[in-house]
Amino acid sequence: MIEVQDLTKRYGEIAAVKGLTFKVEPGRIWGLLGPNGAGKTTTMRILTGYLPATAGRARVAGHDVFDEPEAVKRDIGYLPEVVPLYQDMTVAGYLGFVAEIKQVAKARRKEAVDRAIVSSGLKDVRRRLIRNVSRGFKQRVGIAQALINDPRVLILDEPTIGLDPAQIMEIRELIRGLRGERTILLSTHILPEVTQVCDGVVIINEGELKACGSLDELADSFERTDGVVLRLRRSGAGEADLFRGVPGVEKVSVDGSELRIEWARGRDHRDDVARLALDKGLGLREMRSLAGIEDLYMNIVSGRSAQ
Amino acid sequence: MRNVWSLVKKEVRAYFGSPIAYAMMFGFLLLTGYFFYSLIMWFNLQAMRMAQNPYYAQQVNINEMVFSPLFHNMSIVLIFVVPLLTMRLLAEEKKAGTDELLYTSPLTVGQIVLGKYLAALFLLAVMLGLSALLSVFAFALGNPELAPWLTGYLGLFLMGAAFVAIGLFFSSLTENQIVAAVLTLMTLLLFLLLNWVSSLGGGAAWTKVVSYLSFSEHFEDLTKGIVDTKDIVYYLSASFFGLFLAHSVLQSRRWR
Repeated sequence: MIEVQDLTKRYGEIAAVKGLTFKVEPGRIWGLLGPNGAGKTTTMRILTGYLPATAGRARVAGHDVFDEPEAVKRDIGYLPEVVPLYQDMTVAGYLGFVAEIKQVAKARRKEAVDRAIVSSGLKDVRRRLIRNVSRGFKQRVGIAQALINDPRVLILDEPTIGLDPAQIMEIRELIRGLRGERTILLSTHILPEVTQVCDGVVIINEGELKACGSLDELADSFERTDGVVLRLRRSGAGEADLFRGVPGVEKVSVDGSELRIEWARGRDHRDDVARLALDKGLGLREMRSLAGIEDLYMNIVSGRSAQ
Repeated sequence: MRNVWSLVKKEVRAYFGSPIAYAMMFGFLLLTGYFFYSLIMWFNLQAMRMAQNPYYAQQVNINEMVFSPLFHNMSIVLIFVVPLLTMRLLAEEKKAGTDELLYTSPLTVGQIVLGKYLAALFLLAVMLGLSALLSVFAFALGNPELAPWLTGYLGLFLMGAAFVAIGLFFSSLTENQIVAAVLTLMTLLLFLLLNWVSSLGGGAAWTKVVSYLSFSEHFEDLTKGIVDTKDIVYYLSASFFGLFLAHSVLQSRRWR
């Protein structure tokens, strides 16, 4: 549904995107990750036809972005980084205008506006001026605007930025609810969001592709070890030695008040570790998986691959 | 065309949703009203004096003595009003980031430029239309000729349309509305001055070129009821040129 090949964008001498190639299968939600300035927004702007690329090809919703920009623009929904809102319009008036310029047939326009309002939870504010609604609602209006033409492909640039935690949860829920019929590419800074919402990720840094795949695939190819982080009543060198004795455990290190216990990927010693902690009465307080998205992301972005 | 129409509706609504349209029309109508009033008063005085003398009495002409100078004054007021009308057209979208919505919807740059232009023209037409109501008094109580009055308004509209196109171009250059307005005003004043500059040349060949470029030069005949293709072509080509420049700026911005 989204296919990008050797995409390059140069601003004069500076290359914002260098030879990017990736693919998002239909019906999937993919995250586009990378530090600030990595080229996420530029990539999305090219995919939506806002910016032309210097080189390369991109196909979105079955159309070539450069040969048939109008067809692509008709079939996608796009939430830019800065939500494009006319502050002096009412929520319903604004969505009606977007429906018009997105060429939703006149007979279906009212229905399209109503549907977007319901699915984005905007019923209570539909008659309010956009300037008078809260930030969370503005963000929802942005998402409603992207959904108005019932697009097959949705491109969302940081959909949860600037929202409070409760609003973030709501927006995530909303995006998850769109899974299935639509292909979604979203960019974000918040890594847990990726594990909660996305089926896979594209990680870019300095305009270059660093990794692409489902989270499990990435963990398999970028991490040699798997393991757990343990928080005990007391986590010191003595406790670390105890765990080194567990068969299969390769490495135990003390990390502040936590123990980091690693073993070869593909094996699972979580039960053994937990049993030891309980048998010895070490006071198990917390145990969590080591290969979190944060570690994975840091490894990939900093260029450290499997050691 | 449907796309253009959607944009026109949105722009016109935006104009009337903000105080700019009202303030601008108020200013324009106030000044026009004042000029009309003082010209009529002056005309009355003259007419009474001239009526004493049968020779002069035949030369009393309300078209020449009231409407022609009124149209000239209105054209000067337009120079100050149009920049306020056009400054927000593209600059505001850029500042608010809403241009991204327009460019990622299936609208072409040409449709965007045309939609914005037509919306501003509509406002100009409303403004001129309201000012025309003043003339009702003259037509009700006197007997001015209709043709020069109509061509005068045609001239004002064509000139205003050219001003709007130039304003639209400057609005495409910046995201600061004040800058857009100031640049438009300066340019329009410059074109106004061209007429004066050419009068300094004492009939040299270059003065013809310079005076051809002046806005006011082409207005003269229209206020007298003479419709010359040359003048119409001048205003239309000025409009086209402004729109073409605005289109080029928007197009090139996206390719940079």
